Amino acid sequence: MLTKTSFQGKLTKTEDLFIPFIVAGDPSPELTIQFALRLQEEGADVLELGVPYSDPLADGPTIQRAAQRALKSGMSLRKAIELVPKLREHGLEIPVVIFTYYNPVLQIGHEEFFQLLGENGVEGLLIPDLPFEESEEIRNRSEEKGIEFISLVAPNSDQRIKQIAEHAKGFLYCVSSLGVTGERKEMSAEALAFIEKVRQYSQVPVAVGFGISTNDHVQLVRNHADGVIIGSKIIRLIEAEIENIEKGRMDEALKHFTKEIRALVQ
Amino acid sequence: MLQVFPDLKGRYGDFGGKYVPETLMGPLQELEEALDQAMADPAFLEEYHHVLKEYAGRPTSLSYADKLTGHLGGAKIYLKREDLNHTGAHKLNNAIGQALLAKRMGKEKIIAETGAGQHGVASATVAAKFGLQCIVFMGEEDIRRQELNVFRMKLLGAEVVSVSSGNGTLKDATNEAIRYWVANCEDHFYLIGSVVGPHPYPRMVRDFQRIIGDESKRQFLEVEKELPDRIFACVGGGSNAMGIFYPFLGDTSELIGVEAAGKGMDTPEHAATLSKGTPGVIHGSMTYLMQDENGQITEPYSISAGLDYPGIGPEHAHLFQTKQVRYEAITDKEALDALKLLTQMEGIIPAIESAHALAQAFKEAPQMSQNETILINLSGRGDKDMATLMEHFQEEV
Ligand SMILES: Cc1ncc(COP(=O)(O)O)c(C=O)c1O
Repeated sequence: MLTKTSFQGKLTKTEDLFIPFIVAGDPSPELTIQFALRLQEEGADVLELGVPYSDPLADGPTIQRAAQRALKSGMSLRKAIELVPKLREHGLEIPVVIFTYYNPVLQIGHEEFFQLLGENGVEGLLIPDLPFEESEEIRNRSEEKGIEFISLVAPNSDQRIKQIAEHAKGFLYCVSSLGVTGERKEMSAEALAFIEKVRQYSQVPVAVGFGISTNDHVQLVRNHADGVIIGSKIIRLIEAEIENIEKGRMDEALKHFTKEIRALVQ
Repeated sequence: MLQVFPDLKGRYGDFGGKYVPETLMGPLQELEEALDQAMADPAFLEEYHHVLKEYAGRPTSLSYADKLTGHLGGAKIYLKREDLNHTGAHKLNNAIGQALLAKRMGKEKIIAETGAGQHGVASATVAAKFGLQCIVFMGEEDIRRQELNVFRMKLLGAEVVSVSSGNGTLKDATNEAIRYWVANCEDHFYLIGSVVGPHPYPRMVRDFQRIIGDESKRQFLEVEKELPDRIFACVGGGSNAMGIFYPFLGDTSELIGVEAAGKGMDTPEHAATLSKGTPGVIHGSMTYLMQDENGQITEPYSISAGLDYPGIGPEHAHLFQTKQVRYEAITDKEALDALKLLTQMEGIIPAIESAHALAQAFKEAPQMSQNETILINLSGRGDKDMATLMEHFQEEV
């Protein structure tokens, strides 16, 4: 039984969720706004806004490259959070999940970090290197602020699945295969069985990510889970437009990006 | 009673823990269970000590540096000779322990990261010895600096993967090794080279390196009848230092860890993590690290690739915070001077890493009295550093 997921009341759908991931500042803060708006137009239900990090342990080469571009554009955790109200000014209505590694959070400090999230109207938080055992304080503070702290389960989580799923908020991020982020050719039968298992325990929508890169994957995941998370593939679509952007052909870049996204998720 | 660290959550006071993606929690749990069983199994420990003795050549000597002691004119100086260990550094002690554990866990493939190449060579060596496949991740900049060790690893049958992300040094090689492990953890064992990383790595590496301190204590008591007044070790990730310090924690000896000050503590080019860094998370562990105000990890610098690491083992962070160990920093130049002095006084060419410990000890020895004693962990030999040494000393010799 799924409870209505909330994100401060902004997400009422519990199935067929499309959750794109982009990196704030890749290739510039202004373009992050443009790409986010296009993703919303193409049906995105939640935006995962990645914060670039020097040492992204869970990420493959595509997201590493995006992080490098974003760091060059001057992005930081603080600036990424402050980008959220700017996204709203331009018309973004869907909830935003800030995706950041833990070290930048520590440097701001828990107290100020949560204050920033609150002030800037952030609805969700995901910290990939903060597993259940290390996240109690952050989970409690998130709950106090009405921010959904997103948990992950992996195919080798085994006995941990139940505990993680029972505490899950917002949506449960189901890592479809072992390894770092990046596109994969196929989704295995084991992955589908694992998704079924996770769904037994989860009170919130189960969204599947890692490696989703074709419309076939999207359709397959739709049949087995409540949502699909797409990161590296979208980042590669952005990467493909960089030449257009650099040559000032902005409209063309955004139009082409939109067309590709539509083909991916239709 | 001394409190036992780490606790059940893998913490040393405020430091340590497991800050890793969910996909690594399962493999770390599996590792911890296998490690606990192995360390409680007399047959495992017996095999480990047997290999150390008949393959690595342990115990390593404790040498009294008489000429040097006379020259400096203060405390008596003893050297723990890890340079005499097979493959030329302390790194092999840990590699043997972990390789035996990998075999026991039924893992046929090992992954390692390396900076100077010493841990890579130690890993490639145990892989050859125990019939394991070995992949070593090494930054492209380090591959250039340590050509000889790259060749040694390949000759031993290891695959060396060049890492170009970041600045292409040890930090980046470690990232890449962890990423590879995340994807291949079912049949691969990650053989970490220092007391860093998520729990239980810092504890495991310390326990496989404490042989240095256990032997030193016994040897020192035999010749001097009492414990050394001061013990010095260089600190990169901190494994040779934890190895020699650990059995002396709570004793009367003063413990001194020596970091790399590179081109100077007032320049940005150093690797003095405790002296200049701040707390945070690196490679899965809460510890001190070098970072900017936004929490992005910065690149360290040291002439010695083995000390060129922006983090430090969490137990060192704890020993620093609780003032159980004093930490100092030595520049490239001071290390090179100490290296030359030891070479010409005692006929021992140390690794540049180890020369950092020597330099700090040489600063303090003359201020100590002649009935005081110093023990220095000579973590490795200088063969791997010949190209660097030639650049610096060509004209002087
Ligand atoms: C000879 C020698 N000493 C010291 C180190 C530094 O490592 P740790 O601080 O873990 O002992 C290295 C690392 O490569 C080394 O080769």
